[in-house]
Amino acid sequence: MYFFDPHIHVASRTTNDLEALAKAGCVAVGEPAFWMGYDRTGVASFYDYFRQLTEWEPKRTANYGIRHYVWLGMNAKEAENVAFAREVIALLPEFLDKPDVLGVGEIGLNKCTNNEVATLLDLVELAMQRNEQLLFHTPHLEEKYRGTRMILDVLRADRRVDHNRVWIDHCEEHTIRHVLDEGYWAGLTLYPTTKMTPERAVDMVEIYGPERLLVTSSADWGPSDPMAVPAFMFAMRRRSHPESLIRRIVYENPLTFMSQSRSFKFTPPDHG
Amino acid sequence: MPTPTPALQPLDRDFLGIRCRLIELAAALDRIDRSGSSVAGDPRMAQIRRSLELLVGDAPDRAEQVQMVFSKRN
Repeated sequence: MYFFDPHIHVASRTTNDLEALAKAGCVAVGEPAFWMGYDRTGVASFYDYFRQLTEWEPKRTANYGIRHYVWLGMNAKEAENVAFAREVIALLPEFLDKPDVLGVGEIGLNKCTNNEVATLLDLVELAMQRNEQLLFHTPHLEEKYRGTRMILDVLRADRRVDHNRVWIDHCEEHTIRHVLDEGYWAGLTLYPTTKMTPERAVDMVEIYGPERLLVTSSADWGPSDPMAVPAFMFAMRRRSHPESLIRRIVYENPLTFMSQSRSFKFTPPDHG
Repeated sequence: MPTPTPALQPLDRDFLGIRCRLIELAAALDRIDRSGSSVAGDPRMAQIRRSLELLVGDAPDRAEQVQMVFSKRN
């Protein structure tokens, strides 16, 4: 079965991972801009990073028959310096116009500070002015509930936001209902120890149904599993869910969501 | 000779793993409840309940005691 991994940090992964993904049936990936594990010291570092995501990583993945889509933004972990963040945000329009860039992301909150919120508002404003789709990172661990609620508050206050074009990622048991109830897409991140396991993701499908659900690996430079989406598919099969439901979640849902971006062009592999 | 880096305290080292396993356990129990079939009388559920009681106690040998919950004695 073909599948998408709509959130994976390919820049942090090896070609061995890309080969394994391709062999498992991965036909497309989404790569949001994020924190590379260290704070960048200047705007030029972000400029080069955005070039890497829009120019180099698509070539690497194409070598394995995988389509590469990009989200661009200022991650929450480096958003505390608002003046610096604004310099980075000023770079974004040039890159948002490049092919296969789906929208603004991943943006959000980390420690839920006032400065993070200020940067987040700037990024939402940019997205609204350009009619971009949005991908939100929700905070980790003890900050997740509070941060998710704060992000929902920000979005609720902006009447321009089309909820069906917003993906709120890293949902877990205590946040997914809030996201789905307000009409957003909910991401389930299959990430060891600190986020969701494949078995718990299947629980979420059983409880909430497949509507507006996206399942991803978010595999990056830390302990993470680029083969997490196939692990979810296997967990679904072990619990006797039909192939049609699995395909809906790992292939049709990302296709439906991403298709709302003006830059999204995709030829299904089973149609030549 | 360089001084060895002190090992992390067990709570620092294990906290996230414990948190993860507690959520996993809670999700597994929810899954059993959602299955609809009554397992209240299943002896394995009694073993699970007894083990959870041991976990919240303060005995220094919880792992051994939980092992014994799941062990045949004769």
